[in-house]
Parts: sequence; C-alpha cells; structure tokens
Amino acid sequence: MINYIWFFILSCGILIGLITGKGEVVSQSIIKAANDSVELVVGMVGLLCLWCGVMKIAEKSGLTAKLASLMEPILKRIYKSAGKDKRALGAIVMNLTANMMGLSNAATPFGIKAMEEMQDLNPNKDTASDDMALFLVMNAACIQLLPATVISLRAAAGSKNPGVIILPAIMATAIACIVGIICCKILEKFF
Amino acid sequence: MNYIILAIIPIIVGVVTLYGIVRGVKVYECFVEGAKDGISICIRIFPYLLAMLVAVGVFRASGSLNFFTSVMAPIVKIIGLPKEIVPLIFIKPLSGSGAMGVFTDILKQYGADTFIGITASIIMGTTETIFYTLTVYYGAIGVKKIRHTLWAAILADLTAIIMAVTLTKIMF
Repeated sequence: MINYIWFFILSCGILIGLITGKGEVVSQSIIKAANDSVELVVGMVGLLCLWCGVMKIAEKSGLTAKLASLMEPILKRIYKSAGKDKRALGAIVMNLTANMMGLSNAATPFGIKAMEEMQDLNPNKDTASDDMALFLVMNAACIQLLPATVISLRAAAGSKNPGVIILPAIMATAIACIVGIICCKILEKFF
Repeated sequence: MNYIILAIIPIIVGVVTLYGIVRGVKVYECFVEGAKDGISICIRIFPYLLAMLVAVGVFRASGSLNFFTSVMAPIVKIIGLPKEIVPLIFIKPLSGSGAMGVFTDILKQYGADTFIGITASIIMGTTETIFYTLTVYYGAIGVKKIRHTLWAAILADLTAIIMAVTLTKIMF
C-alpha cells in the first residue's frame, strides 16, 4: 500500500510539474526536501537520544510497568497478544501517554519500542499484526490533553482566547479514537 | 496551567529521574545506555523520512496540491467544511511541518477566532500525521504488508474532521 501511495504522490507531482513547465521549481523542491530531511534527522538525534535515555530509567525503575498496570484493564481488552506482554504493553502506554501530552518527539522512541516488542510477538514478520494496526490507528487519533503548539500558534495569530479549542479538540479526538478502534476490530477480519 | 505547558519536558525528565533514584536505579549509567539506542533509531528512520519529504515536496511544488484542493472543494462541502481548510486536511496526514505551515497561513489569512480559524485549530489539535507515523513505525521494524491500518486510520481521521466542524458549529 505504501508503495502505491508514495509512487502516486511522487509521480503525480513530477508529471504535473513537468507538464505545467515547473521543472525548475520541482527540481529545487527535491533538493530542498533532501536537505531538509537531513536537517530534520540531525535535529532530532539529540532529543531522541535524550528520551531514549529517560525511557531507559523509566523502564529500569519500574515506572513504565506501574503506568502500564494503571491502563492495563482497558488496553488489555483491546490488544489481543500485546496485552499479555508486560514490555509491549509498557511501551504502548508510554507512547500513548507522551502523545496525550502533545510530546510527539518523545512519543516516537516509545512508539518504535512498542512496534519492536509487538514484532517479537508477531508470527508473520513482514505483515502487520492486528495489534500493530490498532496501535497505529490509536496513535493517529490519540487524545491530546494539551495541544501546546496549536495554542501557541493561535496566540501568535492574535486570538483573544487561544485555549478555547482544548475541550472540543479532546472531544473530537476521543470520538475519532473510538471510531478508529471499532474500524480496526471490524476491518481486521477482512484483511 | 500555562506554566505546566511550557515546562512539561523538564517536569517529565525530573519526575522520571527522581523516581529512578528513589528506586535505587543507577540513573546516569542507565541514561547513557538508553541514549545510545537513539542514534541507531535515527539512522534507521532517515531513509523513510527522506522518501516521504521528497514526495510531498514535489507534490506541493508542482501545484498538484492546489489542483486537488480545487477538485475536492465540492465534495468537502457536503460535510460543511470550508474550502479554505482543504489544503490543511490534505497535507495533515502527509507532513507535520507542512501542516504547521498551512495552518499558520490559515490563521493569518482568516483570523484565529473565526469559524475557519477555530475549525482549523481543532483539526490541528486532533489528528496525527498518518503517513509519517505509518512510514516511520512500520519502516523501523521492516513490516511491508500493512493490511487495514491505513483505512482504519483514514476513517478515524475523517471522524475527527467531521467532529471538528460539527463541534465548532455547536459550541461557537
């Protein structure tokens, strides 16, 4: 699936760009995107390593396990095999917690850890398990308790009350998350 | 509350290390050991990031994104979404930084406290960048067949957008 999407976005852009005579602009955008990706990765090394380090402390001290045990009753019911694995469940919980606090940079290492743990439980290594799909959908529609970036951007744009969107945003995501979980449970039987 | 938002990173780092030292963990050694993993993760992520950023960059620069926006405008009208927000809902699943730019542009163009501004803010505050997450997470563990993941994520995303429009109409 990703192959087709990537091909579509790329070829569509190149084709339309070339036909409409934007060859130079498109070629500049390719060079810029390539450079940007390096900048992005280099820029995230520090924070990613920092969060990996902090995560290790959380893991060794048993904090992850403690958090997991608090969310266990709910998540255990939705995650079929990862729900029985303490480490996978712990990483899932830490990732969703970081997402809830709007720390997308912090959530990534937890998320990759969770994927690795779920891969260990996955019998078919090149195919996504039900748990992985569910995890990614919950990631895509995760409740954000404090959308900090959005609020500060609103304030910068001259909003009288930048925080008014917090409550509706939480409500919208909560419903989206529930719909996502239900969709996963239905669709996993057909794929 | 505002202070907590600004200080959330040191709060988390502080709480975790404090909990660690109380529990008798060698926090410094443990931190360094964990931080080493970060580098290999970055190296693993990079090719996927490059692939996605180049594709999205070309799509935007060629004017394809604008073209799709105008094509999609009548369809999104059905759910009551203003057409000014269309570029945002298209770039949002593809690129986080791209969405940030489009979102800031919408706020500047139409105002933060208008119907368009509030709806765009709620959409920004709800959904994640699906394609980025899928690419990075599945890429990191080498899964190639993603089955129903994308469809379920898109349905959740659509729900969030419809809810954002509806809640803005009801609450503001």
